[in-house]
Parts: sequence; structure tokens; C-alpha cells
Amino acid sequence: MAALITRRFLELILLLIGISFLVFGSMHIAPGDPASIIGGPTASESDIAAIRDNLGLNDPFLVQYWDYLKGVFQGDFGYSYQTKQSVSEAIAVRFPNTLNLAIASMIVAVVIGLIAGIISALKQNSWLDVSSTVVALAGISIPNFWLGTILILVFAVNFQVLPVGGLDAPFWTIEGMKQLILPAITLGTGSAAMIARMSRSSMLEVIRADYIRTARAKGLKEKTIIWIHALKNSMIPVITVIGLNFGFLLGGTIITEQVFAINGVGRLMIDAIAARDFPMVQGSVLLVATLFVLVNLLVDIIYVFIDPRISYD
Amino acid sequence: MAAEVVTNNSVRSSAQLKKKEKYLITTVKRLLKNKLAVIGLIIITIQIFLAIAAPLITSHGPLKQDLAASELPLFSEGHWLGTDNYGRDMWSRIVFGARISLVVGITAVSLGLIGGVTLGLLSGYYRKLDGFIMRIVDLLFAFPGILLAMLIIAVLGTSLVNVAIAISIWSIPTCARIVRGSVLSVKKQEYIQAMKSLGASDLRILVKHILPNCIAPIIVFATMRMATAILSTAALSYLGLGAQPPTPEWGAMIAQGQNFMWTSPHMTIVPGIAIMLIVFAFNVVGDGLRDALDPNMDLNQ
Repeated sequence: MAALITRRFLELILLLIGISFLVFGSMHIAPGDPASIIGGPTASESDIAAIRDNLGLNDPFLVQYWDYLKGVFQGDFGYSYQTKQSVSEAIAVRFPNTLNLAIASMIVAVVIGLIAGIISALKQNSWLDVSSTVVALAGISIPNFWLGTILILVFAVNFQVLPVGGLDAPFWTIEGMKQLILPAITLGTGSAAMIARMSRSSMLEVIRADYIRTARAKGLKEKTIIWIHALKNSMIPVITVIGLNFGFLLGGTIITEQVFAINGVGRLMIDAIAARDFPMVQGSVLLVATLFVLVNLLVDIIYVFIDPRISYD
Repeated sequence: MAAEVVTNNSVRSSAQLKKKEKYLITTVKRLLKNKLAVIGLIIITIQIFLAIAAPLITSHGPLKQDLAASELPLFSEGHWLGTDNYGRDMWSRIVFGARISLVVGITAVSLGLIGGVTLGLLSGYYRKLDGFIMRIVDLLFAFPGILLAMLIIAVLGTSLVNVAIAISIWSIPTCARIVRGSVLSVKKQEYIQAMKSLGASDLRILVKHILPNCIAPIIVFATMRMATAILSTAALSYLGLGAQPPTPEWGAMIAQGQNFMWTSPHMTIVPGIAIMLIVFAFNVVGDGLRDALDPNMDLNQ
């Protein structure tokens, strides 16, 4: 186990170096001269040359990359071309919103997905099963930015029970929860559908297993069989799906934040891409990708703990 | 003697052909038994028809403004899907949008397939390349969902062409892994060893003998990927990173419609339903194909 974790961490470090190289490299080859963007349209040739020198833009690529990496390890992601604000500060202010949204959506996805999946499996081929399968398929196909818009239309415009957007109240207050409901449903629906499909097929597989037949044969109550014996084993693949989905939810916040005007890392990223504000793009992409990789690593490790049959050798 | 070999060969190849035909027919039969997949096929056919016949079945240009007839509701005279805030006919915008989403989807998926299949074949066949290629694939997998596409657009700039390129690059790692998996399982079989000992070149083995065995998962992947590609094109355009106004792209239309949600909700609702239908169609056909091509095939990994 310790060996596994050590190896995974070494791989993780290599992967993170790869990610940072890719992100930094892409920004490096992107057209547009950072010095003239910072200097603005009024800057003279010599001003731009000075900025260029100051930022170390005349250094070879690898030297620039190394300098950036050194900065990153000290929490310095550079400064925005546009607002001159520190990238790490800008991200730090917005990140809690993104994380809140991702976690709330995860809760929605897990609760709805598991309930729908398990009921579907237990009542296979009933109308409940068929309708939940169709709804799950629709859930995967619905563009979530559109679902968000429709939810706003119904609950904020027509019935006026929930706010149109924003996320400024803390999540433990009623106001904060109200602000989170629609975005969380918007973002969580796709994952809920995936979790439902996975838990349905996994549960169906398990209840046909020999040991369940044995449990029935020795006269255990149906409830005990389902909730104790079957559920435990059927949840193993579901946990992977849940873990992977958390990573995707982090990526999905980008769109949902835009729909609900939530001030998070995703919106920061979109604005930065539109304004060609490379340090900001670099910092936010790096953060989200790193989190994604960390979550996946965690899922891998948890997986070994809950299923002793699995080893990664 | 030589003649005998020739007849043997032709007999064998015609038998092979029959076997292929039979396989194709059973696949189609199995697919048509799946009700959802049939619905999906119908929706896809309709979209292809709309995309091809777009100028013939619309009476207004998708960009033609008529401010006197702006924000007409559904089922208005002459505009059965209403008009948008510039008085542009929603029906023709939807129909021309079908063309855009189909073209961008097909372009993105084909480019992704070319890259992914090549990398997958090389990686599965040549052990020396495997480690290197798979590390690159792992690196691309480190970006969740749409983030990789956004990074690529940040570099290339915002346009529909760049969206297609971004989505194709994003498709490469998954495709490469699927193909590599099939190659690894086929490579070990005896007939490949036999081909090698007969002196067949690597290229011939890869293209004529290994690739055909990977076709089933590739077809399923491509169908499912069409759904993702169309959805992502719309999402990126919604975010303002893809199609720019006044292009009649579905995602961009939703973004525009949002500003008129209070007065003309149909501007938002109609393009959303269009996206949902076609994405649903490709998803269920992909599902159906997976079951029909090989009931034991597992792509859930």
C-alpha cells in the first residue's frame, strides 16, 4: 500500500510538471506580444522594450518556464495583464465560490443518482425503471447552460422563489442556500444521470451474483440482502464514477458560473481568454487541472481501500 | 497448381465477404430492434436532411433582419417558430444552425479519429512508442472536460474552426486508449504472428489486419463523440468562445436569447430543444450500436 501511494505521488509530480509545461508552452506560442498588451496602445517602442526586459521575455523559453515554476512554488502566479492584479489573489478570492458550487452539485448528483439507480435496479423493467432510464438519458443530453437558463426562467422569472443568479451569501445561510440550489441542479444533473446509470447496472449485476442467491437460500430477509449484502458490493464501481464526476464538475463550473453570474474561477478564466490575459488563463487552468488530477489520485487510492481485490501491480 | 491457389483465394474471399455481410445485417437488425436507437436514427436523418436542404425549406435568410417583425412569438404568420430581437426568422436560423453543428461535429470527430487511431495503433503495436504516447495521452486526460478545449482556444483565438480543432484534440486521448486496447488484444493472436513470419510489412499488418478488428469500438466511440462534439460546440459558442454573432449557431442563439428571456422565452427554448434532441439521438444510437455490434463489448472503463 505504501509503495503504491509513493509511486502514485511520483507519477503525480511528473504529471503536474507536464501540465505546467503544456499550459505555459501553449501561452508562450499564443499570438500576441505580452509587452505591448501591458504597455497599451500608447506605449512607445522603448517602453515596450523596457517592459519586455523587466518581465524577462527576452530570456530563452526554458529559462522563462523555470522562473515561472519557481514563482508557482512560492504561490506567485504572476500578474494580470489586464487589471495588474496578482493572479493568485484573484483566484483565491473566487475559488471558494467554485468549490461550493462543485460540492453542492456533487451532493445533488449523488443523492438523485443513487436513489434513481437503485430503485431502477430493484424494480427492473417497471414503469419507474423505464422512466428513470429515459430521464437519465435526457439528463446526459441536456446542455447544462440551457437547463440553467430554463430553471431561471421558471423559478426566478415566473415564480420568483429563487434568485436569478449570483453567489455572495455564505452557503450556510438560507440566502446562500437559495442561491446555490439552481446552479447545483444545473451542474449536477449530468452527473446524476451518469451515477444513476452506473448504480443501476452495478446493482443489477450484484443481485444476480451467487452469494446473493445463497443469502436468499439461507432465509435472510430481502431487506437485509439488498441493503447490507448487495448495496455494499454494488457501490464499488459507483464510487469511481462519483470520484471522476467530481473532477468533471470542477470543469463544469466554468459554464454554470457564466449562466448564473457566479464570481468563480471559471468566469475569471473565460474573461481572461477573451481578453488574452495569459497569466490569468495560465493560473486558473493550472489550478483546475491540478485539482482534477489530485481528485482522481484520491479516487484511485480510496478504491484500493474499499475493494481489497484490486491492486495496481 | 497456381490456378488452384487462385480459386481457393477467391472462394475464401467471397466467403469472407458473405461473413462480413452477415455480420452487417445482424448488426443492423439488432440495432433496429432497439426502439430508442430507432428514434435516434430518425432524429439524425431529419437533421441531415435539414442541413442539406436548408436553403430550400426556408423562405427567409437566417441573417435577414426585419425590425418591423421583431420578437414575434411561436406560430406567427410566416414565422412558425417566431422571430428574434432583430426580426430574423427562428426556423431558418435553427435549420442553418443544424448545418453548422453537423459540419463542426463531423469535422471535429474525423480529425480526432485520425489523430486518435494513429496514436492508438502505434502505441499498441510498437512497445517502444507505447510509454511515450501513453504519457502524452495521460497528460491530455489531466484536463477535465471542456478545459482542454478552452486552453486550445485561448491559444488559437475564438472562432468556429478553432472550436472544431480544439474538440478534435480533446477527442484524441480517449480514442487512442480505445484503439490501443483493441490492438493489444488482437496483436497476440496467432494469425498476426503468422502474417509476420510470412514477411508482411508492419504497415500492411496494421492497416489490413489489426485496424479492421478495432472498427466496432471506433464506430461506437465516433457516434458518442458526435454528441459530445455538438454539445461542446454549442457550449463554447454560448460562452462566446466559438461562433460569433450573427452566425446562426444554436449555443450562440441561446446566449443571445437569454437577454430577452422576459419578453421572448422562445428565443432561448427553441435552440435548446434542437441541441437536446440531436445530442440525445447520437447518444442513444451510440448506445444501441454498442449493444448491436458486440453485446459483450465494454466501453465503460
